[in-house]
Amino acid sequence: MPELLSDPTTVDLFALAPELSVIVAALAILLVELFLPAERKRLVMLIGMAGVLVAIGFLIALAADIGGGSRAAFGNAFVVDQYALLFKGLFLGVAVFVLLLSYRYFSEFRTYQGEYYFLLLAAFVGMLLMPSARDLVMLFIALEIVSIPGFVMAGLRKFDLRSNEGALKFFIIGVLSVAVLLFGMSIVYGFTGTTDLVGIAVALEGAERAPLLLAAVLFVIVGFGFKVSAVPFHFWAPDTYQGSPVPVTAFLSVASKAAGFAGLLQVCFVAFAPLADVWAPVLGVIAVLTMTLGNLVAMQQTNMLRLLAYSSIAHAGYMLVPFGIVQPGNAALNSDAFSAVLVYLIAYAVMNMGAFAAVTAVTRAHPGRQVADYTGLGHRSPGLAGAMSVFLLSLGGVPPLVGLWAKFYIFIASVEAGTPFGLFLAAMVVINSVIAMFYYLAVVRTMWMDEPLSVEPIRPGFALGTAVGGLAFLTVGLFVAVDLFATSANLSTLVAGG
Amino acid sequence: MTWEELAITVTVFLPLLGAAIITFVPRRHEESAKSIALIVSLAAFVLSLAILAGYDWGARGIQFQLNVSWIEAAGINYHVGIDGISLPLFVLSYLLTFLCAVYSYHHIEEPGRPKAFLALMLMLQTGMAGCFIAFDLILFFVFWELVLVPMYFMIGIWGGPNRQYAAVKFFLYTLFGSVFMLVAFLALYFAAPERTFDILALQQMGAAGEFTANFQRLAFAAIFLGFAIKVPMWPFHTWLPDAHTEAPTVGSVLLAGILLKMGTYGFIRIALPILPDAAVEYAPIIGVLAVIAIIYGALCCLAQTDLKRLIAFSSVGHMGFVMLGIATLTPIGINAAIFGMVAHGVITGMLFFLAGSIKERYHTREIAEIGGGMVKTMPKMGVVLGLTAVASLGLPGLAGFWGEILALLAAFNPAPSLVDAGYLTLFRVLVVFGAVGTVLTAGYFLYMMQRVLMGEPPERWSEAGLRDISPIEWGAWMPLIVLTVLLGPAAFLVTGMTTPDVTTIMTTFLGG
Repeated sequence: MPELLSDPTTVDLFALAPELSVIVAALAILLVELFLPAERKRLVMLIGMAGVLVAIGFLIALAADIGGGSRAAFGNAFVVDQYALLFKGLFLGVAVFVLLLSYRYFSEFRTYQGEYYFLLLAAFVGMLLMPSARDLVMLFIALEIVSIPGFVMAGLRKFDLRSNEGALKFFIIGVLSVAVLLFGMSIVYGFTGTTDLVGIAVALEGAERAPLLLAAVLFVIVGFGFKVSAVPFHFWAPDTYQGSPVPVTAFLSVASKAAGFAGLLQVCFVAFAPLADVWAPVLGVIAVLTMTLGNLVAMQQTNMLRLLAYSSIAHAGYMLVPFGIVQPGNAALNSDAFSAVLVYLIAYAVMNMGAFAAVTAVTRAHPGRQVADYTGLGHRSPGLAGAMSVFLLSLGGVPPLVGLWAKFYIFIASVEAGTPFGLFLAAMVVINSVIAMFYYLAVVRTMWMDEPLSVEPIRPGFALGTAVGGLAFLTVGLFVAVDLFATSANLSTLVAGG
Repeated sequence: MTWEELAITVTVFLPLLGAAIITFVPRRHEESAKSIALIVSLAAFVLSLAILAGYDWGARGIQFQLNVSWIEAAGINYHVGIDGISLPLFVLSYLLTFLCAVYSYHHIEEPGRPKAFLALMLMLQTGMAGCFIAFDLILFFVFWELVLVPMYFMIGIWGGPNRQYAAVKFFLYTLFGSVFMLVAFLALYFAAPERTFDILALQQMGAAGEFTANFQRLAFAAIFLGFAIKVPMWPFHTWLPDAHTEAPTVGSVLLAGILLKMGTYGFIRIALPILPDAAVEYAPIIGVLAVIAIIYGALCCLAQTDLKRLIAFSSVGHMGFVMLGIATLTPIGINAAIFGMVAHGVITGMLFFLAGSIKERYHTREIAEIGGGMVKTMPKMGVVLGLTAVASLGLPGLAGFWGEILALLAAFNPAPSLVDAGYLTLFRVLVVFGAVGTVLTAGYFLYMMQRVLMGEPPERWSEAGLRDISPIEWGAWMPLIVLTVLLGPAAFLVTGMTTPDVTTIMTTFLGG
């Protein structure tokens, strides 16, 4: 437990150092970009990269400093503990790769470079706040800081109608869900008299279950459902993914979604834990619908980004499965479910980021973004096609790649629950994994076994090449260390930290 | 860490390392991939021989063990080791891969690209060898699946005209089976009184009767599906003729030589000892399916006009004998099965090499177009094909004989538990049908030899100046020819390795 700070204005600057360094970098980018000649503007990416690397440095220092304990700021609304550090590490790692992806893409895009990098880093500030937020208000602020730059970035390809359409859809559905979220939060506050997550849990324990309260809890959960693109709040995802610049799509499908899950974890496992018997079945059913719909629709896509969009919806479904088995008061089981979500998020971040990195490379040569563009890629650029195959097979869950182990944790946790519903969820995960293999394998097949359209190799360039190679290495090699993630931040640290 | 502990790990992962090195060969030096593959596969083969030589035959049991925690949260261990049952198959996998590396100097199918081809081949080697030394169910599963992807690409890229269909069929069939297998493995994990994936621990629990009869029935059914598709047993065999026929020569050799054995090995190592009661219940079904496979395989062979497809279908029959041996649940039967696996690996591997070389010379695999007289056009090739074919049909004195005769012998006297259950008559009937199968097998091989080897060669071939066996081919084939001849009179080379451990497994777990 951190020492309780009575004064909410007390700020522990060291605890906030990673966020601050990213903010400084974001502001510096806006300023420096003004004074750079047009052909040099792309260099602002380096400022962003420096900011992120400094933040990672602070993160390591913080990890060494807190050990097993925690630090807090703003009267415990902002807490840095192992759980928060793990997520921040994940976000900053993703930030490094998104920046690598963006460099070439936006330097050829030629416009809005400073604005783009500023918005991107601003969104990452929101993400860094998210896992530390232990207060509904702080959670809301973090969520907004993640979302609003996202709306703008999705619409950066102004000249393209699809981009406009995607951004608008994203915006409207996003604002609607935030309204619902805020509405729910206010009712929860009315019932419990506090916005502190742990305080809410204490107040809900044994409280009378008024229908309005239960509805409010579901409103809050639904608000996050939009962020993770769970059915039926997924409608924005395919259009927005298709229309956005590819690095932005990578950002939306990996980082933004992970932030949503971080918030969902805190809300569900801490604040609303006493009501788990109400929301768990709901999330379980949403999980099944999400993965089934995502996979079935993905099979029919001919546009690569739409295919990945539906695949990423399906993966959100897998990640929601452990929420479906949570039982109030069953600490061992809840801890397993919690670890399963964490492991899956990390695995998903690595492999999905990789897939988008490879797509970014191919999009340079084929702006049409069709699956057909990948025909015979193995003959043109064996390295790129090999990496893409690794990512897709890992998403499909082929051993020994990291995707399999992530599914494995979810499966074990669901069976461990011992309830018929848990077994049903486990069975759905298995069935969906087999369905998903069809469309992943179809892309792999066309890359290696069909005759290429042209013999021109695709050259990703240094930054993108590093991203693709590094992520492929992680996808193949991470299985050695899956255990580490599962044990390094289990439920107990989060509860203790809150 | 001592050599004892590291030997298997080094031997298994050396090929994978080799594959990684090969991917870094620049494209303009692509040919040098062949030398790397040759050196790596030779080194791995030598290491496997060192394990064979270092195995303590006096002490028996599982040696070269290494058991370390891998994923602690789920109780998954990296547990490897080797015993008399694994050893012959383990070494055979290294021998065949090495010979394939030699053969690839001679010929790689269109579109060439030795770099990718050999990297996949070495990946395959790691997966195959890993299956035979894994003593943890999840580790076994990982190696099992590791085989799938390289073979899929091998068939799909370097295969014959119908390659894509064959590759997808192979992949989906095996994936379908292995999903059920994985579910059964997880079920075992959860049903075990003390949760574990360790094969040895689960075997002990199986012997102690920790699993209920109903659970055993279900789990065996799921595991059976996974293994039976891989073997493949009738009626799950339909992927095999396509995959074998379309695969490139090296792919066919490894597919027939090693991959099929992963299924039968799984029965002996996992299904029978862990689920002994269900094994007794399922044995008659397995026996019947095995004999159907023998007869059906032989009849299909008689109808084939494509040389390679004929050899592919002959695998269905031969694996039928192996499964018949396993179904008897007796030490003799299991020994016969392992001997049959080794002999089939050597002989059918050789036949697929020959089929590849014949296709490469005649540019056709149609028996009618080859038209006979090979003994005149290519006397050496003809003699080798004749020798291998008669070995495959089970001629006494050559390697193919013992697996078949011992399996039939064991089926005549199946395990006491099966006799008690009233299946003696059934198994004796199976012996009769199995024996008829051997006659049919002899029939189709003799018919094939008559059409390919005998007679006058058609004019177009006698004047085509077909090149007889090349020095590289001799190099790749000679070890297999020697083994084919040697294992006939010296069957003890294999049975001597396997018998004590088979007897231990059978007496401990199946009481027979």
